[in-house]
This record gives sequence, structure tokens and C-alpha cells, in this order.
Amino acid sequence: MTIEIKHITKNFGNFIALNNINLNIVPGELLALLGPSGSGKTTLLRMIAGLETIDETDKGEILFNNINVATKKIDERDIGFVFQHYALFRHMTVFENIAFGLRVKPKKERPSNEEIKQKVNKLLKLIQLDGFATRFPWQLSGGQRQRVALARALAVEPKVLLLDEPFGALDAKVRADLRKWLKELQTQLGITTVLVTHDQEEALEVADRIVVINKGKIEQVGTPQEVFHNPANEFVINFLGSVNLFHGRVEEEGRLSLSSTLENDHSKFLIRPHELEIVSPNSADAILLATVKYVQLAGSQVKVELTHLDNEQKHILVEVSHYEFNDKNIKKGDIVGIRPRELRTFQDGAGI
Amino acid sequence: MKTFNDAKSTQNEPKWVQFILIGTAVLFLLVMLVAPLITIFVEAFRKGVEAYFVSFNDAYVLQAIKLTLITAAIAVPLNLVFGVCASWAIAKYSFFGKSLLITLIDLPFAVSPVISGFVYVLLFGAQGWFGHWLIENDVQIIFAVPGIVLATIFVTFPFVARELIPLMQEQGNDEEQAALLLGASGFQTFWKVTLPNIKWGLLYGVILCNARAMGEFGAVSVVSGHIQGVTNTMPLQVEILYNEYNFVAAFAVSTLLAILALFTLLLKYMLEWKVARDLEKLKTDE
Repeated sequence: MTIEIKHITKNFGNFIALNNINLNIVPGELLALLGPSGSGKTTLLRMIAGLETIDETDKGEILFNNINVATKKIDERDIGFVFQHYALFRHMTVFENIAFGLRVKPKKERPSNEEIKQKVNKLLKLIQLDGFATRFPWQLSGGQRQRVALARALAVEPKVLLLDEPFGALDAKVRADLRKWLKELQTQLGITTVLVTHDQEEALEVADRIVVINKGKIEQVGTPQEVFHNPANEFVINFLGSVNLFHGRVEEEGRLSLSSTLENDHSKFLIRPHELEIVSPNSADAILLATVKYVQLAGSQVKVELTHLDNEQKHILVEVSHYEFNDKNIKKGDIVGIRPRELRTFQDGAGI
Repeated sequence: MKTFNDAKSTQNEPKWVQFILIGTAVLFLLVMLVAPLITIFVEAFRKGVEAYFVSFNDAYVLQAIKLTLITAAIAVPLNLVFGVCASWAIAKYSFFGKSLLITLIDLPFAVSPVISGFVYVLLFGAQGWFGHWLIENDVQIIFAVPGIVLATIFVTFPFVARELIPLMQEQGNDEEQAALLLGASGFQTFWKVTLPNIKWGLLYGVILCNARAMGEFGAVSVVSGHIQGVTNTMPLQVEILYNEYNFVAAFAVSTLLAILALFTLLLKYMLEWKVARDLEKLKTDE
């Protein structure tokens, strides 16, 4: 299903939760709404679901397959919704939780008991919880509960699946497993899915496209590669990972010349830790000298923290591979040169 | 139980201090609560079992029991509905004047029951605000059954709401939203999701509400007019019998109220345990 969001604004009292949002959601894609808490991403999701109304004075519209759903009730929207805290019906078994959406259908559309049983068993297999039908929610782990919540949402065959921080309450290992599983499931079912998350890693891993939201405004829409490698502005680059900030100017030969203050002809340069290289202090490519303060060896990359040689207050973070780290024989206390592999600056919000 | 054990392990008072504290509490309970309860039964059976049962073979007594049952049968279901509505509104929505509503619900607890009765006399009595209109239309509220029911509803209003508000606030409305999104109607959501989640708390509130409705004296006394066989409830009848020096009958009717109280306590104990278990489940849910 195509979802078009046109000129949506939402106020809670004096607080502007969403400010003129325009967004198209393509059929079959997994779209992530990514932003810090309070950015309005959950409000947007709840508006798509119909849990929040469009302000009456507002001329915004939400269209499902070109039909305005503003006046449609929640249950007419064909939406599957998964909550952060699962919201399973605590007095019902896993089976009854999944069957709920089928059992509350009007008599004419309601499947027979036998059909419901088949459908629920099929879904239990899909979420790899066959044999758990008679358990109650409190007898399940967090990851299992969230899978039941997903099966419950899928039982009514929704046209859109909306997930509100679905893995937010789970621990790191379960979260990683579950999002991989979700991605496979979503690809297999081909259902249009919108996922809200504040975890950039999660968004980068599962989404086909990412919408970066901040303070009620869309900062950038793009594929994970686009938003990570070609961030539209300073907010996006900061939110999608660590970044080093330099003030300076590009000289004629393409070399960055730093200055301590931000003057008229100087710009801000934002460079990711893996885009910096540690070189010999005598190298002509080095834009500055720095002291190695701390080395973190755990992880897939070595994280090297340095401070400017002339200013202990200015920190730099560089990520290098373990091989490169060993080759260059970097040690704590060394004075080294720093060379950027990429230069990225934003002027008036535009990226280079 | 748990807190008691914890207290014992952290505060190492000498044995004799514990003994005196526990002894004082037990003695106090015996003198102030258990002894009167026993007295009721002793006095009721003073002239034998036969005399006890003869006490109930009296038109006025039977009428009083009937009126008490009728009053409870009207007041309790109404307060059940009011209580659920009020707690739903308070727990699931935010609106202007919410804290005022919560305060108003507690009003009957804060006001002396006699004053609650008087308020109705001032409103509906012959000299009251609506008195003139009521007389013209031949409606009698004060010194009649409607007044007794109104006063009882007023006095027992907080029980259901007070029990449900914290329970519903704790549970939030995610489950209700999930049900609506799955296509359930408002009624289906209430019946299949909300009600099962609050059923033990609701029953607890109803039991307490019922006990108070049947036992209320002050408010009812003001609006009743003490017409024997017409507007006397059980507590009022007990007073009249006692004033007539008919002690056996007075205590015999009292035993019914005492049994109601004991039964209420038993149910309350069982339901408290159920409600606590429901909340426990909620915590493991997070």
C-alpha cells in the first residue's frame, strides 16, 4: 500500500510535535523513522495508525492508496501495530492473543473456529513459537512476547505494519537477532512496514529507506548508504555516528588548513573517525599533530582517542583496523600526524 | 508477612520489647473489636435459640431487612457503573478539571454521613430547593425510599472508583489501543480487554461498597423519618429495638450485620491477594 503524508503539522498545546511533514511511503518497503526522543517520530507513526488525530485547523492529509483516511476509524485502516512494551492481553493465552483480531470481526467476516486455529498455528510456526500456544504473556521472555505481538498484528492481514520501537525494551543480543529475523520476515511477506527507532544502527541495518527526524522536521530521506555517507546536514551526520569537528579552509592544493577560530572564509568540517588516518608527524599530508591519549582494542575496529598537541581540550577520535594499528605500531603517548581521507563541510545546510 | 520478617531481621530489638508491642496490639484488638463482636452473639442468644429466631418473625424486622436489601440492590449496581465510568475517565484520559474530579470522588469520605443526609433534606425536603416542585408533582423523596437510596449512593460512591483508579492508571491504555487497532469495537474492547484486567479490583470495590450500603446509619437516619415498616433499614431498626429495650431482637438483627461484616472481611482478604497477584504480573511484564 502507498502512503502519502502531506503537510502534516501536530501541536500538543504550545509544543510543536510535527512541523509540515511531507513523506511518501512506497509499497513493500521497510521505512525507518529515525530520530532522538521527542523528535516527533512516534507521533507521526501514531498519526498514520489513527491513534493521534490530525488537528482540525490543519490542512494536512494522510492518504492510503490515494484515499484520505482522516475521517476513517482506526479499525478501518487495515493496520498492524506493534508497541514498544508489547501490550499483549495479559489475561489471555498466546493463542487467544493472536486470535483476538479474528474473533472480534463482525459475524459475517469472522472465520470459523477451525480456520482460526489453523491460522494461529501457522503464525506460531512463523514466529518460531509453536508449542507456546497455551502459555500466558508473563511466562514468556521479552523477545518471545514481541514476536507474539507481531503475530497478533499479522493475524488480521494488515496492509501496513507499524512498529513503535519494537526492540527498545530488549537486551542487545536479542535485539540484534530479532531485527535480522524481522528483516527476513518482512522481505518474505512483502508488507509495507514503518519502523520507529532511536537506534541508528538498527535503522541502518534493517531499513530500505531512512527518514531522519529532528524537532518535528524531516532532516533527510534516503537509503542507509545515502544518509550515512552523504548526510544532508550537520544534524544527520552527528546523529548517525561519532564525528570529528575541524574549523579551517581548503587551500589551493586541496589541503585543509586549520585555524583555531571560525572566520568568514573558514568553514566547519565534519569527518567520521574511520575517515581519518594516523600518519607520521613529519608527513606533509598531516593537517595537525596530536597526542595519543587512549586506545580501545576491543571491537571490530581499534578506537584511538587523541588530543590536539597545541590544545589538550580538543579531542579527536580515529578508527583504524587492527592490522593497520599493528603495522603502524601506535602506542599511548605517541605524537602523530592526522590526515583526513575525506573532507565534508556544510554551508547553509548544503553538503559537499 | 514479608515486611514483618524484614523488620525483624534489620531491627534487633530485645525479645521483651517485641513481646510488649505485640501483646499490646493483640490486647487492644481483643478489647475493642473481638469482645464487642462476641457480645453481639452472646446477647442475641441470651434467651435461647428459639427467642433468637422469633425475633425475625416480626413484620417490622422483615420489612427492614427487605428495605436494606432493596437499597443495596439499587445503590451498589449504580455505584458500580458510576465508579467504572469515573475511573475510566480519570485513568485513561487527561482533561481539564481532572484533579477536581478526583477530589470530588473523595468528598463522601471527608464529609460526616449525617451532613450528607442533611444535604438531601435541604435539596428535596418540604422546605428545600426542589421541595415545592416535588410536592406539586406529588413526588416524595425525603422520608421515603428514594431518599434512603440517594443518601446511600452518596455515602458509598467512592468505594468502587477509589479501588479502580490506581489499578487502571497502573495498567495504562496500551492494551485498549492494541484491541482497537485489531478491529475491536469500543464495547468489545471494554468487555474483552479492560474488564478482565480489572475484575478482581472491581469485585473488591463492590464488596466494600455493599458492606457500607447495608450498614450505613447516619445519612440514612436523617432522610428516613424512622417510619417503622416503611422507611427503616436494618441499622435503624436495631436502634429502635434497642430503645424499646427489646435487646434480644436488637442483637439478633445486629448478628446479620456482623455476619455480613465477617463475610466481607473474608472476601476482602481473598481479593486483596488476587489484586496483588495481578499487579505482580504487570510488573514482570515490563
